[in-house]
Amino acid sequence: MSHVESPIRQKWVTNTEHYTKITEDISRPIESKPNLAWLAATGFSGLVMLMGFALIGWTIWEGIGTWGLNPTVGWGFDITNFVFWVGIGHAGTLISAVLLLFRQQWRNSINRASEAMTIFAVLCAGLFPVIHMGRPWLALWFFPLPNTRGSLWVNFNSPLLWDVFAISTYLTVSLVFWYLGMVPDFATLRDRLLKKGRKFASSIYGFMSFGWDGSSRNWSRYEIVSWVLAGLATPLVLSVHTIVSMDFATSVIPGWHTTIFPPYFVAGAIFSGFGMVQTLMIITRKVYKLEDYITLDHMESIAKIVVATGSIVGLAYMTEFFVAWYSGSLWERYIFINRAFGPYAWAYWIMFSCNVITPQLFWFRGVRRNMVATFILSIFVNIGMWFERFVIIVTSLHRDFLASSWATYTPTWVEVGIFIGTLGLFFFLFFLFAKFLPVINMFEVKTLVKHPKKPENLGESESVIVD
Amino acid sequence: MEKQFLLGKFWNPDHVMDALKKFKDSGVKVYDVYTPFPIHGMEALLDIKRTRLAYASFIYGVIGFSLALLAMSSIFGSFWPMNVGGKPNIPWPSFVPITFEMTVFFAAHGIVITFFIVARYWPGKKAVLMDDRQTDDVFVIALDKNKIQDMDEVTRILKDNEAFEISEKEVKV
Repeated sequence: MSHVESPIRQKWVTNTEHYTKITEDISRPIESKPNLAWLAATGFSGLVMLMGFALIGWTIWEGIGTWGLNPTVGWGFDITNFVFWVGIGHAGTLISAVLLLFRQQWRNSINRASEAMTIFAVLCAGLFPVIHMGRPWLALWFFPLPNTRGSLWVNFNSPLLWDVFAISTYLTVSLVFWYLGMVPDFATLRDRLLKKGRKFASSIYGFMSFGWDGSSRNWSRYEIVSWVLAGLATPLVLSVHTIVSMDFATSVIPGWHTTIFPPYFVAGAIFSGFGMVQTLMIITRKVYKLEDYITLDHMESIAKIVVATGSIVGLAYMTEFFVAWYSGSLWERYIFINRAFGPYAWAYWIMFSCNVITPQLFWFRGVRRNMVATFILSIFVNIGMWFERFVIIVTSLHRDFLASSWATYTPTWVEVGIFIGTLGLFFFLFFLFAKFLPVINMFEVKTLVKHPKKPENLGESESVIVD
Repeated sequence: MEKQFLLGKFWNPDHVMDALKKFKDSGVKVYDVYTPFPIHGMEALLDIKRTRLAYASFIYGVIGFSLALLAMSSIFGSFWPMNVGGKPNIPWPSFVPITFEMTVFFAAHGIVITFFIVARYWPGKKAVLMDDRQTDDVFVIALDKNKIQDMDEVTRILKDNEAFEISEKEVKV
């Protein structure tokens, strides 16, 4: 069997001819002692996370009055952060599922970390609806459980309830997909650590590897399971943000009541998710010296998706304005004029420039391959997409149908602190992941090595040679 | 049960495929192949039937779909019927999102759980390895030694296809 390689196609793994080099490079952070930089970063983000939890505790103790919400602007930082984090959580499954179905090989080395990012982002997102209930100990009421409250049930007509189902299904299915992908890599770590005499670490990875042995029968099943999961996760990932958008779109508030919300939100979610993937991948490849696996070509592919989805989002912003004018609805028109030129115009223009204007620089190959520029632009994407949700929520609410109930919204330090706390939680979990789990899918990257070279230390294992 | 295996070890997946082709042509039955990553096209050479896990997943999906619809229509239709402006008690368009989510939930979790059961992998199971590098960079073709009829032919095929080591091992399977 010989491989045919196109000379014009990028190589997704460079400078790697031995399979075991992949194992070594990716196991290195797990096997080595944590360095000072890691300890400092993890410790710092852990402290920020604890601050966030303390402020959540304060909110629950004292009540939602600690936030800047008022009767007119009933949703502020809480739901902005919720939608922001759910959006970030979209890239992981898109990379692992949609790109698998499209047979995009560049997904192989970035899927693991993006899936991890997805799960941590969805965890951060899940906090907000619970704490903004004010009485989080009643969160169980989200679920349609048989009960003694006069047989009171949840409202299946409400998109907020659809959200409960969508987010929890998305979280558990992503978790299962992520874990399943790691099982063969856990087996690799188990065998490797045992050979190095690290019995305890080996037994932990051994427990998690479920006794994986790489038998061809099970690989065959494994691949079918991955395909089916990808097929299921693809509509799932689209459904989640569609349903999040329905939280707004099914209401009668001008600025929310638009039919383009589902595709607009999904494009925005993919855009923000890939922005965060850029940020994290640039750091990971640099710190762990994984430039051979996450190559400039990978970063370029991600940048192309960012500019494509960013432009879709830009089109959606303009469509909203056109439709507001074309609809002839005075309220609709007013809301959009107010959005771009009213008291929150600064937020609108931050959003517009970070999401639509700056990503256009990715049309240039030089920018796509320049990691400093890409890093800065990816931070802009993260900022822009946070502001998108803020703009949609706050500018649509703060000027009501009744001019007498118009209000402004300013977040309190508690709200800002909780948001920063979730950033801490996100990075704390990501740093733990980067230390204790393989950040790149080893076995999938190995399939990309087309012409392996003969290992030098063969035949060192103990066995009886026949004849 | 202890079994005596003849193991051919390779460092290149292409050589493994070549050897498997030869075994298939000469009618030698291969017990299993252990590889660090999936190799496409191997199923056909080993006569591995396509797994029916996808059908199982479909059935789990149907169960999730039916349970969701059944639960929602019983709750809204009979446990707690509400008259909102004379609208129907069972508004099926509102049921679409949750029905979809539950279908995916059941199908996805069901197929993974079934996979681990069928593959006989469970948390904490001790792996049975033919070679301690088979999860790293070594590819092992395992043949049941008691079922080998022509030992010379088997070792010749393994050697001709650049097996770097041919050994025997007693393994509990």
